[in-house]
Amino acid sequence: MMRTRDLSYWLFLAPVLLALSMVVIIPLVFGIYYSFTNWNGIEVGGFIGFENYLNVFKDKEFLDSLWFTVKFSVVSIIFINFFGLALALIVTSKIKTSKFLRTIFFMPNLIGGLILGFIWQFIFIKVFAGVGNLFGIESLDGWLSTTQTGFWGLVILMSWQMAGYIMVIYIAYLEGVPTELIEAAEIDGASPFQRLRYIVFPLVAPAFTVSMFLTLSNTFKLYDQNLSLTAGGPFNSTQMVAMEIFKTAFGESEMAYAQAKGVIFFIIVAAISLTQVYINKKREVEM
Amino acid sequence: MGRKYKWPLEIIGVVLGLIWLSPFYLMIVNSFKSKKEIFADTLKLPEAFNFDNYIEAFNELDFLKTFLNSVIITVVSVVVIIVFSSMAAYALSRNKSKMSTIVFFMFVAAMLIPFQSVMIPLVTIFGKVELLNRVGIIFMYLGFGASLSIFLYHGTLSGIPKSLDEAATIDGANRFQIFWYVIFPMLKPITVTVAILNTIWIWNDYLLPSLVINQEGMETIPLKMFFFFGEYTKQWHLALAGLTIAIIPVIIAYFFAQREIIKGISEGAVK
Repeated sequence: MMRTRDLSYWLFLAPVLLALSMVVIIPLVFGIYYSFTNWNGIEVGGFIGFENYLNVFKDKEFLDSLWFTVKFSVVSIIFINFFGLALALIVTSKIKTSKFLRTIFFMPNLIGGLILGFIWQFIFIKVFAGVGNLFGIESLDGWLSTTQTGFWGLVILMSWQMAGYIMVIYIAYLEGVPTELIEAAEIDGASPFQRLRYIVFPLVAPAFTVSMFLTLSNTFKLYDQNLSLTAGGPFNSTQMVAMEIFKTAFGESEMAYAQAKGVIFFIIVAAISLTQVYINKKREVEM
Repeated sequence: MGRKYKWPLEIIGVVLGLIWLSPFYLMIVNSFKSKKEIFADTLKLPEAFNFDNYIEAFNELDFLKTFLNSVIITVVSVVVIIVFSSMAAYALSRNKSKMSTIVFFMFVAAMLIPFQSVMIPLVTIFGKVELLNRVGIIFMYLGFGASLSIFLYHGTLSGIPKSLDEAATIDGANRFQIFWYVIFPMLKPITVTVAILNTIWIWNDYLLPSLVINQEGMETIPLKMFFFFGEYTKQWHLALAGLTIAIIPVIIAYFFAQREIIKGISEGAVK
């Protein structure tokens, strides 16, 4: 046992405690303080109470970006989980290319979001337009130049990237489903759909919660892909919260105001994560 | 799942696989074309596999240097994270006091904080103490990466019996010796997971380097790529060659350590 008064206990903890304090705790505490002032990044002129926060709720650009982020997250979660589960069901069935396909579906996750966004920018702008001209499909022209196509561009990019990640999680749970159960159901004459619905899905239910929240926290905090695919355009209409905060701070130099947005962002993200913890705990109790 | 071989699923799987690969196909074939060829047709193979685009992009990206910058920052940060997180997790797992519970909770809670909520004061504070450089960014990666790593190590350490520590104490080993010679070697599987998760994150990170080491000669691959792409946005043939160059190291690593990578990611996510 190590005792709390032992020097070694504190020596083992010191480096990470120092790093966490300097990098997360102190900036957060200072940040919350600054958000109640008119701090300009260098000095604090005065304490202004909730003024920054009140302004945030009247800031159309911020509210638009929040709404866009919510819409994008909801649609992406559905797509990513649908494809993730579908891919997992395909590669865990007895097919010969299973191993090879897992490798391919997972590959986009290793590459940075910035680079993936650039690749898809080429596809949406040049390839889509080219294919559109070839087959006379007008709707393939001018992708990423409208809010609609920018939105769907981001959804497609994220679904392509994250489906393989979520697939890996579903696979981990699917492989835990006892084959005897499935075989027994098969003998009893259950159709493939019934087997999925009544045996497999209930057993992999925890995978749904894990995957939902993983996708949610990834899509809600998205920055790199947003920057490289649409850069928020056209006219900031595809700008998500992370980018909006960054722009307020480093583009418009409104440090205290951006910090207030950051604190609100923190509260939303923390609320989402705590909901997940609550749901997981509740299920564990029920089981 | 079923017993029978299912050829329709095989076909659907292969078709989806091809769709998933198509962005890479498009990137690679067009990276060999001239500007004119891309304009004419983006789908077909290039007329000739000409490496001119690659040579120009490679030089423009100053790729050897950029690659080395990425390697230095990633390797040092990951080693630092492994060393200090495993030590901290060990102390927390061998001291069951209220203090340990509080410290552990603090690290877990820190995972909830999005980067944008601390980014502005972080950059200001590190700017004041003149740590907006490589040392600073490595320290930041420790601060941001410690939480998940401690969490993962803690889970494994709880399963390692304390009788091992006690036996080593009787043999006269001190705390550091016990940890490094007895316990740490037993943590190898989880260390691989911690290393993979942190490597992928740090290697691909764009935002933190853009705020901390945004200086000529220090750029990592994502950072350099951002500027490169901005310059060549109307010259897709060069941009695509640059993107392909940037991806090649990752694909090589994936080829060699595929099993460990997929296993590591799923462990990190499920826990």
